[in-house]
Amino acid sequence: MSADHDVSFLKPVGDYGQGGVFSAQWWRGFTTDFWRWATTLDHKKIGVMYLCATLFAFFLGGVAALMLRAELFEPTITQQVTDAAGNVVTKTTGELFPGWQSTQGTVTTNNFYNRLFSLHGTLMVFLFIIPAVPAAFGNIFLPIMIGAKDVAFPRLNLMSWYIYLFGGIFAVYSLIAGGVETGWTFYTPYSTSTQWGSVTSMVLGAFILGFSSILTGMNFIVTVHKLRAPGMGWFDMPLFVWAAYATSIIQVLATPVLAITLLMIVFERTFRVGVFDPALGGDPVLFQHFFWFYSHPAVYIMIVPAFGIVSELIAVHCHKRLFGYKAIAFSSIGIAAVSFLIWGHHMFTAESPAANVIFSALTFLVGLPTAIKVFNWVATMYKASITWNTPMLYAMSFLFNFTIGGLTGPPLAVLSTDIHLHDTYFVVAHFHYVMMGGSVIAVLGALHHWWPKFTGKMYNDKAARWMAVLVFVGFNITFFTQFFLGTHGMPRRYATYVPEFTHLHQISTIGSWVLAVGLFGHLLIFAQSLVGGRPAGRNPWGGLTLEWYTDSPPIEHNFPHEPMLTHGPYDYDLVVPPGWDPADYPLPDPETVRKAHGH
Amino acid sequence: MTTVPVNMTKKPEPHETYVHGHHWRSAEDEKDAAKLGMWLFLGTEALMFSGFFCAYAVFRMLYFDTWHESSKYYLNWKIGGFNTLVLLISSFTIVQAIRGAQLGRKMMAFWYLAATNVCALTFLVVKLGWEYLPKIQKGELPGGFFTYGHGPAGTTHDQVFLGIYWVATATHGLHVLIGVFIIGWCMIRTMKGHFGPKNYMFLENTGLYWHIVDIIWIFLFPMLYLVG
Ligand code: HEM
Ligand SMILES: [Cu+2]
Repeated sequence: MSADHDVSFLKPVGDYGQGGVFSAQWWRGFTTDFWRWATTLDHKKIGVMYLCATLFAFFLGGVAALMLRAELFEPTITQQVTDAAGNVVTKTTGELFPGWQSTQGTVTTNNFYNRLFSLHGTLMVFLFIIPAVPAAFGNIFLPIMIGAKDVAFPRLNLMSWYIYLFGGIFAVYSLIAGGVETGWTFYTPYSTSTQWGSVTSMVLGAFILGFSSILTGMNFIVTVHKLRAPGMGWFDMPLFVWAAYATSIIQVLATPVLAITLLMIVFERTFRVGVFDPALGGDPVLFQHFFWFYSHPAVYIMIVPAFGIVSELIAVHCHKRLFGYKAIAFSSIGIAAVSFLIWGHHMFTAESPAANVIFSALTFLVGLPTAIKVFNWVATMYKASITWNTPMLYAMSFLFNFTIGGLTGPPLAVLSTDIHLHDTYFVVAHFHYVMMGGSVIAVLGALHHWWPKFTGKMYNDKAARWMAVLVFVGFNITFFTQFFLGTHGMPRRYATYVPEFTHLHQISTIGSWVLAVGLFGHLLIFAQSLVGGRPAGRNPWGGLTLEWYTDSPPIEHNFPHEPMLTHGPYDYDLVVPPGWDPADYPLPDPETVRKAHGH
Repeated sequence: MTTVPVNMTKKPEPHETYVHGHHWRSAEDEKDAAKLGMWLFLGTEALMFSGFFCAYAVFRMLYFDTWHESSKYYLNWKIGGFNTLVLLISSFTIVQAIRGAQLGRKMMAFWYLAATNVCALTFLVVKLGWEYLPKIQKGELPGGFFTYGHGPAGTTHDQVFLGIYWVATATHGLHVLIGVFIIGWCMIRTMKGHFGPKNYMFLENTGLYWHIVDIIWIFLFPMLYLVG
């Protein structure tokens, strides 16, 4: 092994010279490094590229969301009024986006609104949250956490990154070339018959993104099976690895069905196959079955890795052995299994009563493994010496929001209530509590938890804590109001509403601004950290999993020697964390630790 | 006179000097992993086609008579049967090719791969020439492009049957075509000496891929041509 393998994976190797950005030498150096990154087989570099791309998608989707909320600040009202000259004129108020003429006809405000929420949904689901945790954090940390040098198939890994980029380009192209108005669910027959916009290329984009997701999942499954460090049994794996493993199984089993479903839409639109088109004898509800057979498990692709993150956050920042390790590990697998049996709960208004009863009953099952996790996390925190830093605040934020999101699931799974709540803002609030309040909050927690590890820099924790509070408050103002809107009958996916809803909508929109300020604040804090953050030690938080044993940032091959496992991932009562530096964090008083573990 | 040992006179073939990837503990681990990965991939393929099978089953239930009549009217089981036979033979030949690599008999591997590709191309030619082309000429096309006014009496939804027939067999045909290229690539690598007793991983995985392509056809054939 040559010496340059022992340096940080982020260190540039190009010769940039002294001339600055405008010298030819600088560009030669830059080109060297650019190609090194573009052709890298290093899982950490691929993960960092995924992280940048997914966060960019999050930014674009977020801008769309702010625009949606802005449009909803006031209801659109068209009335006949008498103007100053005494003429009766038609006047419209409360429209934020004016319509315009396009090559395909008039684009009204409503059309534009439809495009925006479709853009928001597809970007957030397919380009951000599905790849963010598995492909970004999974790639950077999964191999390190099991003590491997790389994932099982590094070349396949690079390929799936380029497939992701390619799919992303398709999606962005579709948005520029007319957009789609179908929502992220692409329901037929609208999606197969509409002549508006660029449904075909958007659906193809999602199809391609699906491949990237399948390949990453396959890679991780094999990695976990075959590349664990010597001495690491299944139950010595960190829970993040368990969660990534369960997620990968769902990705591999569910995504092919989405692939074929989306391909059928493309066939419908290009070859007019008619399998989903009632005008040709096809069955649109069949599409819904296919779609949700993937997309219900897909909501667990989004949340299960977040469970893994939260387990790490709570164990490390409580400095305590996780309560119920096996229960948490197996409940991930349990969720993965149950998730394939309950897709029909999205179609209570479209399927037979018998199917409804079965799917409703099965849906309640998924609450069990989920609740097991929440109780175990809370039990871990009991009597622990908790360090209240940003990652821990995010773990708390997750527990609060996710519990609300989870508990609003059952009212939707009950047939008699779902009839009223289906397609209202209640559903919107429910899934934002789990997906934003759960997954996105966990991603933010993971960013703050692992930032020092993969960038080697600390950030301003105090400022970040304030931003975490802003995000929490802003999120809850934005979405809690939507439960009320939903129970009062506000339907989802409309650009306007009756004036009675104005107050609640305005509160929600103001909340979205608070949220945006918080997120933007995080961005600034991270930027400051990159430029002027103080160097992070190996183990700034006192973790016991293997990533804390290597340098920050990790070296090219992760570890100088293959690590030998000598203790479990959460043996806080038995070992002092590696590389412990009292300047980074005070070690909890041994007496407290002893008591907390009930010795 | 001293003789030079035979194996020192000739340059070693690439497969004889094969080293496993740096992140693996052993070549054995690497091979196991590649196989596990391939099996997972086969699973995704099967799941993908299961979409067609589900659609087929649902519509067969909805339009039973159409399914029954259309299958007999539009599809010729003899052509389908011939193609089934061709694919079965190709499954055998590719296994022999892997055997050739395992035994270190380069030419055996090469010619069996070639035979596999002949079968694959036969399948495609028969499919295009004797099925797709006449169907296109007669307007027996899917859904919206279907020419009404002919077809078996008493059926109502021929276009849906043909819709599923076209998408399922075309997607399968695409897999055969991709197989042709991968097997061709294997032939080139065989001639370059990449495969031998110590390293036949890629060849074996190609074989697995080819088997799943065959198996999917083994399901499609009776469903479309025989049961209807
Ligand atoms: C206890 C657990 C849960 C239960 C019982 C549950 C139940 C439901 C039900 C019945 C619906 C359909 C409502 C309707 O359309 O009328 C729904 C919608 C939804 N749920 Fe959940 N859910 C749970 C957890 C989750 C989680 C963890 C996520 C994601 C991370 C999630 C994401 C969604 C999404 C995205 C939708 C709406 C999809 C759409 O129509 O666009 N749910 N949920
Ligand atoms: Cu669901």
